[in-house]
Amino acid sequence: MGKQGLQARSGSRARQMNAAFTFLLPGVFLFLVFNIYPLLKALQISFYDWSLMPGTPSEFVGLANYLRAVRDPVVSLAFRNTVLYTAITVPGQIVLAMAAALLLNSLGRLKVLLRTLYYLPVITSWVIVSLLFRYMFQSPNGFINYLLVDLLHLAEAPIGWLQSASTAMIPVWLLGIWKGIGWSMVIFLAALQTIPLELYEAAAIDGAGGWEKVRHITLPLIRPTLVFVLVMLMIGGLNVFLPVALVTNGGPQQQTEVVLTYMYHQAFDFLEFGYGSALAFMMAVFIVSLSFIQIRFFRRPEEVY
Amino acid sequence: MARVLSGRLLGSALRYLVLIGGAAVMVLPFLWMVSTSLKDYAFVIEFPPRLIPAQPTLNNFLEAWTAGNFQLYFKNSLIVAVSSVVLSVLISAMMAYAFARFNFPGKEILFFGILLILMVPNLIGIIPQFLLAKTLGLRNSLFGLMLFYVATSLPLNTFLLRGFFETLPRELEEAMLIDGGSYFTIFARMVMPLSAPALATVSIFSLLGFWDEYVLALTLIDDQARRTLPVAIASFHGQHGTDWGLVFAASLIAMIPIVLLYAALQRFFTGGLTAGAFKG
Repeated sequence: MGKQGLQARSGSRARQMNAAFTFLLPGVFLFLVFNIYPLLKALQISFYDWSLMPGTPSEFVGLANYLRAVRDPVVSLAFRNTVLYTAITVPGQIVLAMAAALLLNSLGRLKVLLRTLYYLPVITSWVIVSLLFRYMFQSPNGFINYLLVDLLHLAEAPIGWLQSASTAMIPVWLLGIWKGIGWSMVIFLAALQTIPLELYEAAAIDGAGGWEKVRHITLPLIRPTLVFVLVMLMIGGLNVFLPVALVTNGGPQQQTEVVLTYMYHQAFDFLEFGYGSALAFMMAVFIVSLSFIQIRFFRRPEEVY
Repeated sequence: MARVLSGRLLGSALRYLVLIGGAAVMVLPFLWMVSTSLKDYAFVIEFPPRLIPAQPTLNNFLEAWTAGNFQLYFKNSLIVAVSSVVLSVLISAMMAYAFARFNFPGKEILFFGILLILMVPNLIGIIPQFLLAKTLGLRNSLFGLMLFYVATSLPLNTFLLRGFFETLPRELEEAMLIDGGSYFTIFARMVMPLSAPALATVSIFSLLGFWDEYVLALTLIDDQARRTLPVAIASFHGQHGTDWGLVFAASLIAMIPIVLLYAALQRFFTGGLTAGAFKG
């Protein structure tokens, strides 16, 4: 029994390999065909003037698509818009979500109801909320203009939000923040609940005020969660596509394109698959390197696993 | 003492005020959408706008539900989303279990690949994915769309479930092995049932993602009869231009399953799985 039992306990090596192989097979197959292959194929296509006509060979052009991207003024504009969207919506979401989480956490009543309401935009489809924002920011008779001009008297005349390049991104930013607050808030709330109450009590005895408690107890203790949310939101922000595609669609005159909407337009409106792939690839390299740097930079040595 | 107390009350009242104000901002757009959907076309461009319609009507809902192919789109969405969830969760759980329990050659590389795909924009592969669907004859097919959905959701689901499986005690599994059970009976009879809450969370978030997915559906499907709801609603907006009442009635119908699910299973939405996946 002794030897047999030991063997059964660890399971024989061959048996383990067999099981691992079977468990992995369907997932790895799909992963390789639909995720990894397209990634490598995108890299290949980006070096070609890709032809969609059967029988017409695609021409290898080396780095021409990448050089074109570097020189394309719309690409630098789109890149600026992408970075600006991230720079505005990420801090906006984090600060508001953290404030909401801290306030909610201190509440007795209404906590669940309020949390539910803040989470509502998170579960609603991007298509629907984008159309909704487009509707609200209409000019001259949209709801927001009515609010600003007639109710609050903050503006003298209706603002043509989506008609002018200087204001068209504002609804998109607001949408990004509004839709995202609930997601970060729920994660912060979960983290806040892991902090032992005694810490706050001890700090109160030492005479710490509310803000001091937040700064010296709460924030350091939920730091890993904060880093996680920050990295996720940055990746999400740089990947922005749907709200732009559905609210402004890059207009007016390509002024609000972000990198991925421009890539999509190049590929599927102008059938520039090679150029589109180069744009997508540059963005991917940028995002992945930034994520790695961020994780390295923000994580303390003891948090590396 | 009285001053401290009234100070506390004031602070507490202020908190409620701020939070309720915030909640109003979160909800107002939805109220506005509902209000618009209850107005007949003529009243939609009314000015000044009224939040509470003078003559509320359900005409927009009737028209949205019966017009064109809306019911077909609803059915398409349901078929694709539900079957994708079942397949994705099953396949991800199998992969995650292999990662959590076995050492196999290439494990590190494979996991690195999964993390990499998690970071890379979903859209980056859209061009080759389009070409791949064309080559494999998967364009204009709900089955094809489902395969893409399952594949794109695998990395995140595997990552999350692996984290959960690693927290399960191994002793029970070893006892089952000694009793002559295979790894598959352990997986089916023990790991899956013990992981029900984690599986529910992963299923719900996958379902949300599939129900809302827009870009792949737009890119891979041209055939109107195979459309799913997000694409249908976006093109509804295009066709019916300014008839916002109709667009929002259709949107609200599309939201019903999600809202019901949210109302019934809230604890899985707001539970800590996504937070817990990151070792804090």
